[in-house]
Amino acid sequence: MGRYVARRLLQMIPVFFGTTLLIFLMVYALPGDPVQGLFGDKGGSPQVIAALRHEYGLDQNIFVQYFNYMKGIILHADFGTQVASGRPVTDVLGDAFPVTLRLGGFAFVIEVVVGITLGVYAGLNAGRAADTAVLLTTLLLISVPVFVLGFILKWIFADELQWLEPNVNDPTNYGELVMPAIVLATASLAYVSRLTRTSIAENMRADYVRTAIAKGLPRRRVVTVHLMRNSMIPVVTYLGTDIGALLGGAVITEGIFNIQGIGGTIYQSLIRREGTTLVGLVTILVLVYLVASLLVDLLYAVLDPRIRYA
Amino acid sequence: MTIIEEAAPVPAPREGEDAPLLEVRDLHVEFVTREGVVRAVNGVDYNVHAGETLAVLGESGSGKSVTAQAIMGILDMPPARIPQGEILFQGQDMLKMSAEERRRIRGRRIAMIFQDALSSLNPVLSVGYQLGEMFRVHHGMSKKDARVKSIELMDRVKIPAAAARVDDYAHQFSGGMRQRIMIAMALALEPDLIIADEPTTALDVTVQAQVMDLLAELQREYNMGLILITHDLGVVADVADKIAVMYAGRIVERAPVHDLYKRPAHPYTRGLLDSIPRLDQKGQELYAIKGLPPNLLRVPSGCAFNPRCEKAEDVCRTQLPELLQVTERDGTELTGRSSACHFWKETIHG
Amino acid sequence: MPDMTKTTAVATSDDKSAPTPAPQPVKAEKARSLWGDAWQDLRRNKVFIISAVMILLLLTITFFPGWFTSANPEYGDLAKHYLQKPELGKVFSPEWLGYDQQGRSVYARLIFGARASIAVGFGTTVLVTVVGGLVGMLAGYFGGIIDSALSRLVDVFFGIPFLLGTMVVLNSFPDRTAWVVIGALGLFGWTQLARVMRGAVITTKQSDYVQAAKALGASTTRILFRHILPNTLAPVIVVATISLGVYIGAEATLSFLGLGLNGVSWGNDISDGGSQIRVAQWIMLYPSIMLTITVLAFIMLGEAVRNALDPKTR
Repeated sequence: MGRYVARRLLQMIPVFFGTTLLIFLMVYALPGDPVQGLFGDKGGSPQVIAALRHEYGLDQNIFVQYFNYMKGIILHADFGTQVASGRPVTDVLGDAFPVTLRLGGFAFVIEVVVGITLGVYAGLNAGRAADTAVLLTTLLLISVPVFVLGFILKWIFADELQWLEPNVNDPTNYGELVMPAIVLATASLAYVSRLTRTSIAENMRADYVRTAIAKGLPRRRVVTVHLMRNSMIPVVTYLGTDIGALLGGAVITEGIFNIQGIGGTIYQSLIRREGTTLVGLVTILVLVYLVASLLVDLLYAVLDPRIRYA
Repeated sequence: MTIIEEAAPVPAPREGEDAPLLEVRDLHVEFVTREGVVRAVNGVDYNVHAGETLAVLGESGSGKSVTAQAIMGILDMPPARIPQGEILFQGQDMLKMSAEERRRIRGRRIAMIFQDALSSLNPVLSVGYQLGEMFRVHHGMSKKDARVKSIELMDRVKIPAAAARVDDYAHQFSGGMRQRIMIAMALALEPDLIIADEPTTALDVTVQAQVMDLLAELQREYNMGLILITHDLGVVADVADKIAVMYAGRIVERAPVHDLYKRPAHPYTRGLLDSIPRLDQKGQELYAIKGLPPNLLRVPSGCAFNPRCEKAEDVCRTQLPELLQVTERDGTELTGRSSACHFWKETIHG
Repeated sequence: MPDMTKTTAVATSDDKSAPTPAPQPVKAEKARSLWGDAWQDLRRNKVFIISAVMILLLLTITFFPGWFTSANPEYGDLAKHYLQKPELGKVFSPEWLGYDQQGRSVYARLIFGARASIAVGFGTTVLVTVVGGLVGMLAGYFGGIIDSALSRLVDVFFGIPFLLGTMVVLNSFPDRTAWVVIGALGLFGWTQLARVMRGAVITTKQSDYVQAAKALGASTTRILFRHILPNTLAPVIVVATISLGVYIGAEATLSFLGLGLNGVSWGNDISDGGSQIRVAQWIMLYPSIMLTITVLAFIMLGEAVRNALDPKTR
């Protein structure tokens, strides 16, 4: 197991550098200039722009810039400076990240609990009306874009019924986060329940489930001990990759409900073309994603003893 | 369909034990599919006494496994349904029992061994856990005690270094060892009846014999009834007491094992016997029954075997033969023998 | 990949000592291909028929918007105040679904907006299928270092959240034509197809007939395109169809963020209508319904094809 972790960590290194380089190239090598962006449509004087470009090192070769940036991260955990405020990106992140983490975590819990429950229920009743209902509902939820759902829920529950605040004022209050978390979780929840449903329905026909029934085990035990554990293997894999999607999706949800999280910060820096902030934030998201997928791989080994990590 | 009363089995008749352990009476099982109703079992009768081995022989699709699953109560209903029949276990009709009553019988009084041990064992639970589960669920034993019992069981079925391997998973064992674990699981609570569905088919020939011997030995020791389901006549010769041959959901012939080998009373059984490779026929072409088993959605009229039968005549294509008592030329009844062929006399006497 | 021939082979070799059925001519039961079987299945499948009809209708709207409305989607008549409610009785007229805040016909915009979604959906799908398919095929077939390198490359692109990546790219292009949006979505979308293709190729590569073709000295390109490719099509087509719907949804989402296609599109209209939702729900409602139905149609089509191609569910 230790050797497997080591190998996976080693594999992560090229992926980490590749991904960050990709982000770097996307932000700096594509048309558009972060310094130009500072001045908006009016445009600054060429001297000022040149000075700023020099200050941020933007006049250097892109690969030199990348090398310097990486050196900063690895040696000093320095992810760069936010152009607009002059604060270190890690500081900006310190404000925004807990908010998104709370929102994302809340959504993740909803996704796991509701998604798996629905999926198990549908899978155990495969072919019956309940199964069809779950399949159709989840299909619809997958097809409705997140922002449409956000608008509609916000209109119904905040504007019409006035049960909830339209915007989140206090992101530490979980009551206010209910609606955004549901919106963020919906599509993933639908995928999770469909995946769980398929997995359960398939494994129900497995020989070992027949054995468990032939052993005279109560149905409850057959389902929870024998069926569930095998069926969760693909679901866990999906959940691992979905962490990245949830963080990315936060951009939209935070926009709709005006939450000052990482998604909002990314969106702001994108619009203002604050390259360094953007690179820093996305890099950290990628790190989170890489660590999450490693954890999923390890969890996979715990769930499925057939996988031998030599 | 007439029910033929069977006398006590020919080898080793036991006194005072006339009532069979398990009696299947006129059992019908159907599957409702998109293409129509598949009649998988059409009026099967057989019985097993304690300490006795019944071999049920037939090709895939003959209904032999479906009958076994109906006895176990592990058919998926729907699509399966049992429109008719009785399954008497120690005199009680299990088809009339509640789901909970049947569950208590499963595993404890009647246990089953499946063909493919690798897929039949749960891949993500250790074999010790799966063995111990029997004691924990049926006897409420603690986890620790159940583990000790599991090691004992593994020793009992001759798995080397049982204590060291109790926490291993199914995929870490060889095919023969896995099947031993299946046997151990079936044996755990010392059931009255074991149903073994092709227990050695997935194994190498050399291992087959070992596993079969172990099963027979344990059966004698615990005086259990054993239903051995197989398509392989070679397997049953040494262990079975009597044989029921199934074809297209019906029993076509019933006989004590050695009688059947000597003098089959149904052309299908004869075909099966002739297709066993024999040393004295080395170099000759092996006999094969021509044609394929019938599609259960379109069973031929009359005798289901008629399209493949070399002796078939018009009556075979129109009239369903009943399962009738087989007699000697002089009319003396042959104990425990019956055949469902219009021409059984010609077949058995020559 | 389900391989019908293989199961038959196993079934016969299984019966070593049992009655061996005499070899029967194959023509007894007319041999049907996987696709033939699937087609028989699909023809009777309601979900397939409904989604196929919806997609055909969408394609007709895309190519012949003039058949459905004579109104100009860009023409704003401020006299037609946007608070003028939809007149649901006047089916297919410009005022049918009401007007937006600039006095433009919501119905006309609905019809002309289909083009953006369909163009981006199909364009991106073709792009990711070609690129992803090629990468997946090379990685799966050659294995070894090529596989490791390409797999890491896939990991690199996969590591960036899809939406964030496309946002960053699109933000650099002030003039966002369909090609730009397709390129941005494709840049981060090809990884999924590459993974699917790689898996399918590895499975097919090990099959007996590919081994046989190799043993007979068939060239690599011949093996790849004549033997492996046709047998990997099923999963690829399924994933591609479903992702077509997903890309249409993604395009609308980008429009919502102000990073989508310039011009008439459902995403832009939903985004505009969102701010008016308290007073004029129809501005947002109808494009949302169209968008959802479109995404749904492609996902349903993909699932129907998947079920038809999977013999396990039959």
